[in-house]
Amino acid sequence: MPELLKVSITEDINRRSGASLRIIVPMKQVPDMRQVKFDTEKGKVDRSSAAAEINPFDLHALETAVQLKEKLGAAVTAISMGPRRAEVALRDALARGADSAVLLEDSKFAGADTLATSYTLACAIRKLGGFDLIICGEKTVDGDTGQVGPELAEHLNIPHLAYVSKLVEAGEKLVAVCDMEGEAHIVEASLPVLLMVTKDINIPRLPTFRDKAMARKAEVTIWNAEELSSFADPSRFGIEGSPTRVRKVFLPSEEGRKGKIFRNTNEEAISDVAQAILDFLG
Amino acid sequence: MKDYAGVMVFAEQREGRIHPVTYELLGKGREIADKLGRPLSSVLLGDQLEAEARELVYHGADRVFWYDHPVLKDPDLVNYKHNIVRLVREVNPEIFLLGATRWGRSLGARIAAALGTGLTADCTGLEVDEDGSLIQIRPAFSGNVLAQIKTSTKPQMATVRYKVMSSLPRDTHRNGEIIRKQAELIPSPLTITGKERAAEADIAEAEVIVSGGAGLKRAGDFSLLAELAELLGGTVGSSRLPVDSGWIGREHQVGFSGHTVKPKVYIACGISGSPQHLAGMRESGCIIAINSDPSAPIFKIADYGIVGDLYEVVPKLIKNIKRLKRCNS
Ligand SMILES: Cc1cc2nc3c(=O)[nH]c(=O)nc-3n(C[C@H](O)[C@H](O)[C@H](O)COP(=O)(O)OP(=O)(O)OC[C@H]3O[C@@H](n4cnc5c(N)ncnc54)[C@H](O)[C@@H]3O)c2cc1C
Ligand SMILES: Nc1ncnc2c1ncn2[C@@H]1O[C@H](COP(=O)(O)O)[C@@H](O)[C@H]1O
Repeated sequence: MPELLKVSITEDINRRSGASLRIIVPMKQVPDMRQVKFDTEKGKVDRSSAAAEINPFDLHALETAVQLKEKLGAAVTAISMGPRRAEVALRDALARGADSAVLLEDSKFAGADTLATSYTLACAIRKLGGFDLIICGEKTVDGDTGQVGPELAEHLNIPHLAYVSKLVEAGEKLVAVCDMEGEAHIVEASLPVLLMVTKDINIPRLPTFRDKAMARKAEVTIWNAEELSSFADPSRFGIEGSPTRVRKVFLPSEEGRKGKIFRNTNEEAISDVAQAILDFLG
Repeated sequence: MKDYAGVMVFAEQREGRIHPVTYELLGKGREIADKLGRPLSSVLLGDQLEAEARELVYHGADRVFWYDHPVLKDPDLVNYKHNIVRLVREVNPEIFLLGATRWGRSLGARIAAALGTGLTADCTGLEVDEDGSLIQIRPAFSGNVLAQIKTSTKPQMATVRYKVMSSLPRDTHRNGEIIRKQAELIPSPLTITGKERAAEADIAEAEVIVSGGAGLKRAGDFSLLAELAELLGGTVGSSRLPVDSGWIGREHQVGFSGHTVKPKVYIACGISGSPQHLAGMRESGCIIAINSDPSAPIFKIADYGIVGDLYEVVPKLIKNIKRLKRCNS
């Protein structure tokens, strides 16, 4: 992994006497996509059908933060908005190298879309005080939008770098490689900045047994809506603060496909398919 | 300026060339604008792109808001956001669409948060409700379900997946107004210091894709698929498993965490058809599945399926295509 993250330690970082980088990693607890069941009839997602885990993309964000901590010294805070059981995900983050964890939990936060989620996270990050870096995942496997990161940066009025696949330099300034479909941009930014990293940036480590045991005893700070009130307009939380509404969920239909299946591989079948391919290509 | 409302499309450009998703959005935008009885506008930022602004008219825009400045040549996040947010506040479109490219998603989310409006990601369908509001259809849960979403704030914003909507034929007789706007520039805290082209041809652009999955026995067997792909003028794709095994590069991966593709012909060899794989190729024109297991889910979405061993079927297919090509020439 070291070659994935080449870090040059600049004087500036050394001069921050004792005060190392402050990194915040927003993470979400999601259902395990390999297990989750979808109700065909009702078009519903049965979240209880699957175990919950940290959004796999967010593990790359946390790993980026922990590698920076090892190289430069940093205090890494994992933050999540979600139900009480998301505390488990945050303990997992502590076992994987986060130094502290904050859970935003309140029924007022429920039903949030990306705008309300990013707003709530921004309020909590303001309450936490200063920061140098925020590192997000590329997307969540359930919400699946990739919007929360850039929206969070907008609420905090800081720039963001999207689809970061490599950090070339991190110090006084930050240099990152951003993958933009068939093209990569090398971008220079000053701190504070928000990074949205892709899964190509590193291979997340597994927590050791000892780390897990330690994390079980560690403290997770829990904040409700009331505790954010001096930093927030509560009408922008949760479902009330969410302009988008899911009206219905349904399963993709495959109507309109020919569905001509040959159950054996005789010459005629193959020849038919070959002809169909050529016809299709005109 | 009230009559400028209606639908607005962000014209994405790279190195001065309009990204084709823009024309697709203009095609869909035209349909929606006509249904609403409202105009369709587009916003183009760049360096000396007047000819491209006219192209947007030829593809359906009634009005093009055109910003011209060397700083806007590159995707400058801060200045793009700043100027588009100002324009949206001035013009008040009811609907604002961007391509769900990486740049479109990154920029769109910032614009939406700055305006405090809702944004629906990666739509594959857009419709207009009886009350004139926008119904946005998008895959969620890693492509396992489709969700119908409505937005209560204006503009109703959405990013739309590339190669899902259809563009209108280019028509140079179409009339439209090009409105030159003065960009307000602010110093950007981000600097693009270099660019690298990816060496590989972009699989998302291929007309034919022959993909291999865990049904392949070894890495070298991708050459068999490459032979078929080459014969059809296409390229090779993969499910996630061969990529994870290091048999083929990640740029070939099709699916939820890989590329979304929409070739004319997609040939899946030894791929079971997991929801995450289908999420990336479901929109293909003609889907061919080759799999030894008759109950493999891939057959459910196939136009043509062959139940059999890919090591037997693919060489036969190559032989037959060669024969048919000879007959036709
Ligand atoms: C968050 C997340 C994201 C993911 N993203 C992606 C993604 O982007 N793309 C993706 O593809 N997957 C993705 N996956 C993985 C996905 O769930 C499946 O594991 C994967 O698609 C399965 O690949 P496969 O079809 O090649 O393998 P398998 O499911 O193992 O299927 C192999 C098939 O080959 C057939 N076969 C075996 N031998 C032969 C033979 N000789 N001839 C013909 N057929 C044969 C078998 O019958 C079987 O159907 C993702 C998973 C998660 C959790
Ligand atoms: N509820 C949440 N709590 C904390 N972080 C989140 C939450 N939802 C999304 N994120 C962060 O935002 C990223 C993008 O999420 P999304 O926009 O849902 O695809 C994730 O990878 C996380 O880093």
